[in-house]
This record gives sequence, C-alpha cells and structure tokens, in this order.
Amino acid sequence: MPQTPAAPASSDLSGRALFPHRHLLSIADLKPWEIRFLLDEAEQWARANRGHARKHDDRLAGMTQINAFFENSTRTLLSFEIAGKRLGADVVNMAAATSSVKKGETLIDTAMTLNAMSADVIVIRHASSGAVALIADKVDCPVLNAGDGWHQHPTQALLDALTIRRRKGGFEGLVVAICGDVLHSRVARSNMLCLAALGAQVRAVAPPTLMPPQVEMLGATPFTRMDEGLEGADVVMMLRLQNERMDGAFIPSAREYHRLYGLTPERLAIAKPDALVMHPGPMNRGVEISSTVADHPDRSAITEQVEMGVAIRMACLDVLTRAARGVEGWA
Amino acid sequence: MTATLAIVNGRLADPSGTQLAAGIILIEGDRIAATGDVAVSEGAQTIDAQGLIVAPGLVDLGVFATDKPAFHFGGITRAALMPDQSSPLDDVGLIRQATRAGKPDFWVHPIAAATRGLKGAELAEIGMMQAAGAKAVGTGRQWIADSGVMARVLSYASGLGLTVITHAEDGGLAGKAVATSGETATRLGLPHAPACAEAMAIARDIMLARETGAAIHFRLVTTRAGFDLIRAAKAEGLKVTCGISPAYLFLNDQAVTDFRTFARLSPPLRDEDDRKACLEAVRDGTVDVITSGHDPRGPEDKRLPFADAAPGMAGAETLLALSLNLVRDGLVGMNRLMALLSANPARILGVNAGSFAPGSAADLIFIDPDTPWIVDSGKMAAQAGNTPFDRVPVQGRARRIMKGGAFL
Repeated sequence: MPQTPAAPASSDLSGRALFPHRHLLSIADLKPWEIRFLLDEAEQWARANRGHARKHDDRLAGMTQINAFFENSTRTLLSFEIAGKRLGADVVNMAAATSSVKKGETLIDTAMTLNAMSADVIVIRHASSGAVALIADKVDCPVLNAGDGWHQHPTQALLDALTIRRRKGGFEGLVVAICGDVLHSRVARSNMLCLAALGAQVRAVAPPTLMPPQVEMLGATPFTRMDEGLEGADVVMMLRLQNERMDGAFIPSAREYHRLYGLTPERLAIAKPDALVMHPGPMNRGVEISSTVADHPDRSAITEQVEMGVAIRMACLDVLTRAARGVEGWA
Repeated sequence: MTATLAIVNGRLADPSGTQLAAGIILIEGDRIAATGDVAVSEGAQTIDAQGLIVAPGLVDLGVFATDKPAFHFGGITRAALMPDQSSPLDDVGLIRQATRAGKPDFWVHPIAAATRGLKGAELAEIGMMQAAGAKAVGTGRQWIADSGVMARVLSYASGLGLTVITHAEDGGLAGKAVATSGETATRLGLPHAPACAEAMAIARDIMLARETGAAIHFRLVTTRAGFDLIRAAKAEGLKVTCGISPAYLFLNDQAVTDFRTFARLSPPLRDEDDRKACLEAVRDGTVDVITSGHDPRGPEDKRLPFADAAPGMAGAETLLALSLNLVRDGLVGMNRLMALLSANPARILGVNAGSFAPGSAADLIFIDPDTPWIVDSGKMAAQAGNTPFDRVPVQGRARRIMKGGAFL
C-alpha cells in the first residue's frame, strides 16, 4: 500500500484545512492525522456521554439528519440516531422496508427526494458497494457512509480505533488480528486501512475461501491458520459470519468453523496475556466467538465499542456540519 | 446494363493485401466489379476519394442493439446481432424481424440462440432460423454449463455449416462476479472471480470442437491463458477463431476504480498482464476479429451501484478510431486491421462482404485515419453514451459510407 506521511506538511493546520472533506465515505480518503483528529474530537463526547445524566448539546439544533438505511440494521441505526439527538438535530429514520425503494424507485431518485427535503446531513447504509458514494454525488449536504456492501464502514473503524487507543494507549507496533469472514466484510476493509494508517501491524486471519485476494494492499498480512494469526496479538478483532455463508457455501458448517476459527478461551491464550477482544456485533455466540470470551470482564471491549460508537458518530456529525453551521475556520 | 461507379484517388486497404495501394474500385449495382489497376469505361460515374483510405465497411460480430446512427458514425455497415434481446432470438419470426430491422442502409445478421430461451437446455430450431436469415449460432451472454448440451449444439450446428459463437466464462466460477479478482476488486469490495474462469471455458469448448469437428468462435477472449489455448488449437488445425473488443486492449481493471459503471463489462476488465497479452495476441495473429460489442445502456441500467448496473458499453462509434491505435502503435498494418474489422467477421458469418473481390457487396468506407476528435459520452450518436473512453482523445473517422453501391 502507498506510504503516506504520518503528519501533515504544516503543523499549524486548523479548521477546514485540517479536515477538508465534505463527506465521510471511506477510510481510504483520510490521512492519518485526519483520522487522529476525529478520534480526538470524539474523546470529549466519550467523556460527556459517561459524565452526565443530561447529555444534550444543542450545536446541531434546527438541523435535519436523515438516516437512510437501505439494509437492515439495529445497532448502527440506533447509534446514529442517539448521536444526532444528543447534538440536538432533528433525526428522521428512513427504513427501506417501509420506503418507496420497495416500489421500484431508483437509488438516484431516492437521493434526489432526500435532497429536496433539505436534509443537512444524510447517513446511508446500502447493501451494494459504492452505493453511498453514488448518492453523495447527487446531494448538497454531507453524507456519512454507515456501510456499503463489502466496501467500507468508516465509523466502525473509527470507533474501533478509539476503543483501542483508550485501552492500549496508541497504535505504534500494536499487533491487531482481524479474524473471520474478511472477504465479505466492510468492517474488515475499513479497519485494515485505518489501523495500518495509524501504525499498527494488521493481520487478516481467515479461511482461504473467505480471504480477499491481494489483501496485503489494504495493509494487512494474511494468515489462514487461526493459531498462527493470534500469536502475540495485542488485539483480536472478530468478525460476524453471516448465516448464509455457513452452510457449505464458503465453509462446511458452523461447528467446523467454530472448531477451526472460533475464539475460545484456549485460543485466546495464544495471543498476548492482555490481548483485547473486539467484535462489531451482532455476535454469533458459539460460532465465531464463545460466550466466555465475549463476556470476559477485563479482556472484552465489545460493550465499550458500542459506547465509543455514539461518541465517534457525534464527532463525525459535528465536524461534517461545521461548514454549514458557519463555525469559524470551517465555512 | 447497370450503372458503373468508379472510385478513384483512394488508397485501397484490401484486407487480403499487405499494404495500402493506389487503385480504382469499379462498382456495378450493389457489387464490386473490379479493383486495382483497371480501366474506367466511358460513361461511368467517377467518385474522387481525395486520398482517403478506402476500405470495406466494418462487419461488427456481436452487438446487442440495432443502433443505426452509432453504426453509421463508426463506419459499420453490417452487424451480427446477439441473441440476447428482450425476447431471445430463438424463433423464426424473431430472426426474420431482426434481419429486416436495418435495411436498406444497414444489414443485421442475427445470431440464432443455440438453446430455447438461451436457457442452455434444449436445442432451438437452428436450421429453421438459418433459413430465415440467421448467420451463426450463439450462446449469448452466458456459456452453456451443461457440456452434453454444448456438445450437441456444436455437433448440430456443424451439420448446418454454422459457426457457434460462445461466451468464454465458466459460469460456476464466475457466479455473480462483476470484477476480476485482484487489487481493485478487493479494495472496492466487489464480487469477483479469477481470470482463469475464461480459460476453463475455452479449454472445455476446444475439446468439444475437436470432438465434433465444429467451427467455434470465442466472441471475446481477454486473458493470456485463454489466448495460449487458442494459439494451440489453431496450430492443431481446429476450426477455432476468436475476437476481442478495444476496451480489453486499452483498459485494465483499474478503470472500474470509483465504481465507474461504464467500465463494467462482461467479461470483466482484466489486469495489466492480461491486457498486454491481448495486444500480443493481436500482433501475432491469434485474434481474428475486433468487435465493438455495442451495448448502449441508459442511466436506468448504468446509474446504479456497480454490482447492480448492467454490463456492456456503447462501442460502435469508437471501434474504428480505437482500433487505428493498433496501426499507429505498429502492431498491425492497415490491411490486417481491415481483416480484423471486416473480412474475418464476414467470413465467419458466411456473408459475401468485407472484401474487394469481384462479386463482393459494395459496402465501402472512406477513412481519414488522422482526424483528431474527443470521445464525449454526452454527445454520442448511439442510443446511450455509456463509454469507458469518455474524454479520451482519438484519431480517425469514417468520412463517407457506401452501403450496397449507394452512398448514405
């Protein structure tokens, strides 16, 4: 993968010059310092969310946030909704099941419709790679990619990075094993790019049928044996295995997968003694991860990931709407 | 006695020749009467070609739409229509209708569906369709997965003297892939299949062609491994031919970066090594045909997420100009280029065109090989402007077109 400098050319960048993006579509668009900027911005929200019973900050008051989810989601949708509401935005959810998408309206027409309703920020999830960028091209407001096909899920990678940074202090030299269905995973693609950019040593651990070709150029070293991939890992990030891929299509069965690639206490022992366990959810307990590991009070960061998700999404919503709000240095 | 027409002052690109030659073409009615150093009889009407290259009209082997404005812009006077139409061309009536669609100034040679509904199971009425005007048999956009069915298609078609035009992609391996496995597909998160899906299909079909003695034409071959198999089959003397489109000669899979659906093709664009192998196969004579694969697709098919978009490109207008790059780059001479674009496809279809031989159809184009122009997807003559070559500067235009002895 191309080497990017770790720091911007000038150290006194601020405002729009420091984060010159209209949308958040892919981690590949971000420089390492831009990622760090978003993580730093999220810290205040992580503290605020923990600190007070009343969590409202009204900086997005009067703005309309549309969550357009063309693919089912519970936790990501909820996370974006809570993030928007905590910032005072009027949050509207459009679920594909009840929308005109079912009636054959094209994606572009839906985008034009959302745009005509004068949304100030649109959060989109879609089952096809590239669909979110297609919509972003047609609307006047910032667009956040909440997951497009197998391609990208940038806020997931950012919240994972924030969780790791809070637990491990940094990324330099950290060994992160991303394990499971890497082939079909937008979470894996975003995380590999993000963590490699931040200086971690990233491993992609997957059965050969679920490993993307030339995964190296996303910044990861491939491992097809779980035990080798876990050796000396500081962070073990498990991926969800979709039900439809378990029944002989890509792997013979769920129980064989658990035997070969499931994260059990025994297998976790191969990683570093203080290795962190992560999972983007929802988990298939007993398939890719055993309950003992998932619920481990010290090692599992899975609920913290959910918590950081709200903070990261608040930061992204705030930063991307600064130009429209006329924040000094961002207009 | 029909009127005689004499084309003078042209540089003749005879597909069977080796270099451009000064000469005269005499035309009587809709046929070529004589070519070369011939006497012009008194009373013959003289046309001054003004030093332009005079070549046979292009014969485009494998298009998906009858799109006359685009074909005429591109100097194409005949096209073989793929059976993949809204109703697959598996019926005598549909074939008859297709043959009439372009006349009189454009001729469509329909390719009969090899199997009913192109479903790859039951033989279609190939002989009846041949009698109605079908000039070849085709598997369409898909290969025929069942080797037994494919063997019978080849065997039956060979009895009728028809070439079978096949799509070289192993369907099981290709599955729902929309890109070739590799860096770009991994980065974009697109469903992908390894490039060897092509060679696997070619290997099987060459064996069946050997077994049945049938003539087979691989419409698009795009990989090094595919060309290696075809080279070997030709050396063995099998009746195997193959084609390619300019996209595979001048673009690699990186053209789909940013999810550019105009570069979503079937078979998908390949990596740089395969692209180079395609150029080499043109140079060394392995490639027989260059086709536009013309498939105009509007926004309803292309302004979609990449994997949901329809494959195909509008290629008719750029076929000649892009192919002329091969001459400028020294891979082929002008005469051989016209064999690829005209004589060879006409021969495979068994139509009396694409040649300067006496009795051949007087379908001619006058080419200015140097005129520069810029491909503009927004201003194309085609039904839609879905070209991956948008904004690309090219050189060469067909200045005049004659179809059956009459200028358009």
